[in-house]
Amino acid sequence: MKPSSKITQVAGTFLVLCMLTSVLLLRQVDRMRGGATLQEVLYISSPGALKRLSLGYDGLMADIYWTRAVQYFGSKHFAGSQHYDLLAPLLEITTALDPHLIVAYEFGANFLAPKPPNGAGMPQRAIELSEFGIRNNPSEWRLYYDLGFIYYMELKDYKNAADAFARGSRVPNAHPFLGVMAAQMAQHSGELQMAQMIWSTTYQSTQDRDVRANAATHLRALQVEEDVTHLGNLVAEYHARTGRLPDTFSDLQNVGLLHEVPTDPFGHTYKLTSDGRVEVRTPDDFPFLTKGTPPGYVAPPPRFLPSD
Amino acid sequence: MAAIEILGLTKTYQVGFWRKRPKCALQPLRLQVEEGEIFGFLGPNGAGKTTTLKMLMGLVYPSAGSARILGCEINDPRMKAQIGFLPEQPYFYDYLTAAELLEYYGQLSGVDAKERKRRVSEVLDRVGLPNVSGMQLRKFSKGMLQRVGVAQAILHNPRVLFFDEPMSGLDPIGRREVRDLMEELKRAGKTVFFSTHILSDAEALCDRVAIIHQGELRGVGAVADLTSSVQGKVEVVWRGNTVLPSVKTLALDSSVTGDTVRAVVLEASQDALIDTLRRERLHIVSVTPLRTSLEEYFVQKLRPAEAAAGVRS
Amino acid sequence: MSSRIRHIASNTFREAVRDRVLYNLIAFAVLMCGASILVGQISIGIERLVVINLGLTAISLFGVVIAIFIGIGLVSKEIEKRTLYTVLSRPVQRWEFIVGKFFGLAGTLVVNTFFMAIGVFLALLYVSQRFQAADGWVLVALYFIVLQFLIITALALFFSSFSSPLLSAVFAFSLFVIGSFAEDLRGFAAMAQGTTRWLATGAAYLLPNFASLNVIGSVAHGQGVAGALILSETAYAMVYAAMALCGAVLIFEHRNLK
Repeated sequence: MKPSSKITQVAGTFLVLCMLTSVLLLRQVDRMRGGATLQEVLYISSPGALKRLSLGYDGLMADIYWTRAVQYFGSKHFAGSQHYDLLAPLLEITTALDPHLIVAYEFGANFLAPKPPNGAGMPQRAIELSEFGIRNNPSEWRLYYDLGFIYYMELKDYKNAADAFARGSRVPNAHPFLGVMAAQMAQHSGELQMAQMIWSTTYQSTQDRDVRANAATHLRALQVEEDVTHLGNLVAEYHARTGRLPDTFSDLQNVGLLHEVPTDPFGHTYKLTSDGRVEVRTPDDFPFLTKGTPPGYVAPPPRFLPSD
Repeated sequence: MAAIEILGLTKTYQVGFWRKRPKCALQPLRLQVEEGEIFGFLGPNGAGKTTTLKMLMGLVYPSAGSARILGCEINDPRMKAQIGFLPEQPYFYDYLTAAELLEYYGQLSGVDAKERKRRVSEVLDRVGLPNVSGMQLRKFSKGMLQRVGVAQAILHNPRVLFFDEPMSGLDPIGRREVRDLMEELKRAGKTVFFSTHILSDAEALCDRVAIIHQGELRGVGAVADLTSSVQGKVEVVWRGNTVLPSVKTLALDSSVTGDTVRAVVLEASQDALIDTLRRERLHIVSVTPLRTSLEEYFVQKLRPAEAAAGVRS
Repeated sequence: MSSRIRHIASNTFREAVRDRVLYNLIAFAVLMCGASILVGQISIGIERLVVINLGLTAISLFGVVIAIFIGIGLVSKEIEKRTLYTVLSRPVQRWEFIVGKFFGLAGTLVVNTFFMAIGVFLALLYVSQRFQAADGWVLVALYFIVLQFLIITALALFFSSFSSPLLSAVFAFSLFVIGSFAEDLRGFAAMAQGTTRWLATGAAYLLPNFASLNVIGSVAHGQGVAGALILSETAYAMVYAAMALCGAVLIFEHRNLK
């Protein structure tokens, strides 16, 4: 006269089994489908058509496409891919659906413009995306900053970069850095300082995890480059004074050229080679290094460190 | 062997949304129905009759207690092939015709194909619906649906039948027919357990009755035994303008209106009163039973406990 | 399968037919005729694409609507109209009733899809004059659509076993929409941190994944589907439907039918 305990047990057991099996099967299906999923998302590639199809739920659709863009770039980047063909259309659709999604423009400036493997290598489309953002959000100083950033970092176009930073500096509540940047761009002096300033501004002002990690990586590389240049100059001076190369950094300390032995951003000491060059000990940790790597070193595809 | 044994079935519902409080729909009920009996389950609306039947059919689970039908547990499929159930105001798949519905129920009850065909037309005939083969049930009147309900209950020739208010929705002829059917089932050795709030049906048909009120069993037994302690009342009306003293001693109540006199007497005093009136050569207009003895018993049983115990003088 | 399950299933099928559910085929036929004549005249080169996309999408939507709107009433309507009483007082177990109902509605949808598929292939023949080898993949897409129907039917039945028809419809339809964006849901989950991430990922795996069963887009472009994937998807759909059915059986077994 009670609910059958046999049926309860059988159905309950079966329910749990089915639940576990379904998860396992789904994982298997995921593995089989691989990248196919993201290829499919762009069967409708016209932002206008999508906006109409989203039946007024464009905000939600924009969020969905934003997630897709981040997922797409993240998975490709992790796999060390050289091609990011869908990144531009995904970001364009996202911003068409929601023109006020500032983080999407920022993402575009940081990852659409740079050359592969660090980005899609499409600076022109990144510039168009930023200009579209500025038209829709003229009072967002970040967008002018992003635009100047692309011109400076990828195209070394100081005139347009200065112009973009200057436009941004006139927006109410703009970061004071923009005015300084505009002036420096006009003279294009102090490359290292400028780069450091730009990356630290990005690092401090961004909300996006990937963008921040990328900026941190760049800042570390700049720090190393600064150290390597400085130490290199000291080695040259030691050579000029004593007529021979130092064996260790303590040789530099002994003659009063160096107070403290510097370490790289991860706390490792630098390496002094027998031919007097200064090198970083773990070059793989500094993807964007232009100096301080062993001769003939080929950098692996850059990855952000999740700890940033 | 007892056909139905109800062993302390209890049902409590939780009522209220925020603060749940238990509401007792059926207090522990013990009943035993013998095979071959027609058993009446009497009570006013909301007494717990339908709840009891639903528990017996396995539709509602009891809060406590158990029951056995034909010696089997309630959810035993072998037992279920041997019982028939007519719900209160039955309703069926209205996109089917009566024959299709019965065919389907025959399949579910495990009646084999050849037997099924024969039984379907037989029971349709038996309940007085021989010529409705092409009509979907959505076009059926309430009375016709009740007949279909009876038909599906007896379709598979079950040993025990449960009827919930079988007479409701039927015209007097229909009621007569259902009574005849129940008597026929009894003659064929079947057990019939039916609930009703119409006492005349029960009095005419039942070997034994149970009276239930507010979820509590108030009395059970053969009709004659139950009513031996109570008497019915009769109203007698005659022409005249005074109440004779000899009548006054017999009557429970009497009154004079214009040139008619009415008096209410117990069944037992009815003959004495009529004899008196005849001796006086008074013209008797009518003799009407006010309550049968079962009704009187029923009313007594429905009163609060202390009233039934005789606190009222 | 016990004969009672079979009888309940065929009665459910008969109910759908008598309630004129298959009339949706007429609307579908009109849609397909109109579409194929229209694209035959206006578009160059993408007639096949349009016919496959439109046809399969319509089959999917029609089926989902039927599955939900019949599915949600399968149990609750029988309780409400009390037609269940005379069924369950017979030697029918409650789980047999649920399973029979499921197969009845699933059968209805298969038959419905079969007729619609004929319509799609006729339209394809009309616009491209002959069949191509790639048209075979349309059959796979149709098969995947039927797999989706199995999951939705089981879910609708599950909700129907404890909730009102209106709420059941809302639940089932929400799950269909969410499940169609299952990949994105996992994307959201991947962007979260810590406990939230675990919870969100867990939810994303437990929700029905209709997205992976949707191959209309790739099939319309003539891309194939791997045999092993077909097997895995089949297994997934069956297991998921079985899970929902177990849930329905569990709840229904414990219900008091008032």
